[in-house]
Amino acid sequence: MSKELQILETIDKNARLSAKELAVMLGESEEAVAAKIAELEKQGVICGYTTQIDWDKTDKAQVMALIEVKVTPKMGKGFDEIAEKIYQMEEVEAVYLMSGAYDLTVMLKGTSLKNVAEFVSSKLSAMETVLSTATHFVLKKYKEHGVILVKPSEDERMLITP
Amino acid sequence: MRDPLNPMVVGIKPSGIRKFFDIVSEMKDAISLGVGEPDFATPYHIRKEGIDSLEKARTHYTSNSGLMELRREICNYLDRRYDLKYEPAGEVLITVGGSEAIDLAIRAMVAPGEEVIIPQPSYVSYEPCVILTQGKPVIIDLKEENDFRLTGAELRAAITDKTKLLILPFPNNPTGAVMTREDLEEIAQICIEKDIVVVSDEIYSELTYDMEHVSIGSLPNMKERCIIINGFSKGHAMTGWRLGYACGPKNIIAQMTKIHQFAIMCAPTTSQYAAVDALKNSDDDVAMMRDSYNQRRRFVLHELRDMGLTCFEPYGAFYAFPCIKSTKMTSEEFATRLLEEEKVAIVPGTAFGDSGEGFMRISYAYSIEQLREALKRVRHFVERRRKELGE
Repeated sequence: MSKELQILETIDKNARLSAKELAVMLGESEEAVAAKIAELEKQGVICGYTTQIDWDKTDKAQVMALIEVKVTPKMGKGFDEIAEKIYQMEEVEAVYLMSGAYDLTVMLKGTSLKNVAEFVSSKLSAMETVLSTATHFVLKKYKEHGVILVKPSEDERMLITP
Repeated sequence: MRDPLNPMVVGIKPSGIRKFFDIVSEMKDAISLGVGEPDFATPYHIRKEGIDSLEKARTHYTSNSGLMELRREICNYLDRRYDLKYEPAGEVLITVGGSEAIDLAIRAMVAPGEEVIIPQPSYVSYEPCVILTQGKPVIIDLKEENDFRLTGAELRAAITDKTKLLILPFPNNPTGAVMTREDLEEIAQICIEKDIVVVSDEIYSELTYDMEHVSIGSLPNMKERCIIINGFSKGHAMTGWRLGYACGPKNIIAQMTKIHQFAIMCAPTTSQYAAVDALKNSDDDVAMMRDSYNQRRRFVLHELRDMGLTCFEPYGAFYAFPCIKSTKMTSEEFATRLLEEEKVAIVPGTAFGDSGEGFMRISYAYSIEQLREALKRVRHFVERRRKELGE
């Protein structure tokens, strides 16, 4: 695996590693790793550093919805134009173009069921090229970004073994 | 009532690990770098095979030697990975962990009074197993200046006309040392010349870094005088399944199988079915774990050296073996005070033989976060000790 991929795969699991720690772990110089990361940021390969939070364990009122959207692609622009209109909206968490029975998946973060319903009916469905939507609410998150949320990972090993 | 115990058993001193474990287990909030097993759970597809075998009610004994299908996969695997050629019928025995295989090999070959050469520091079971057969353990103290590898000169100096076996424990627990092909060629030459059988404990063979594991059994004319011991615990993260194996010449495997048949009957059936899948479908899982250990290995080595401890580069297993002589403490003092003052449990090198004095075994089968925190505490401890010594 290239050094670039090694860096990416390592920080994909743990974004808090310093350039110095990463350099040690990968057997590289700190300068080389820092330069590589800066380059990847500039290229937009690394597009941000976020924290993974299980909001269900907080007081914050939040609902997640997955919306299947069927649209009419525009001549010469395909799906990009409608996708852009959708992803500009702040409450939209993610937009994916799909193969199969529908065209776009829109992941939506709202504060309540009503709030999401409002978004779908007045904003999304109202768009000229949107043919239909199907909204699915997330009831429970078991695993996200490779991390199991529903049970804490405990070290069950004995403290000392030969 | 007369003494019900066998004095030979009573005479075996309890493992140094056991003693330290008793102290540690009284400390509820201690963090540890003392574990000799992977932090990874067994890959799910392997666990699933075990579950499936139970659902299919495969709950009976297997043959004494183990499932033929598993023995076949073991032979394919050893050929593919280490250029070792064995026949599934007669040359392979499935055991309850590599540790049973060690015991069987020693019991099948060592008669009272015969000598077994054991390089130390090494795993805790070789010496007691030899004592139980009334053989005589002959210890070679491996040297830091040789990166804890066994040299031809050391081996020659330990050989007498009573020498029967050489235990070859590489990649090594606790030092992390690995033998290169050249190192092994020299050892093999001497074993052929002096007619010594090698019991090569290769349980950590999947865990070598920036170099490939070489099995002494793959060297010319060595197959006939080697018992190769391996298993699933370390590379496949399957410690709790208790599954290992021994490969070797038919006449030796037959006698080992005899003891196994009377003492154990057969290795756990569920584990055997899971292990078939482990050998067929886990190359990627093993590589992923190896890469992850390698990152942590570099991290730990860097931290230890950065706090001023000397540490040779370990190329195998998941241990670093730093020298703590500069702190002017014995390994046991270091371990005990580190536990009391910083609540970090690390196994003293002396748990693996007297030649471990002045060293500590640091396991890096932990997450980077755990390693970072534990090593930060070790650093505090070492720095405080330096001030104490007026340095």
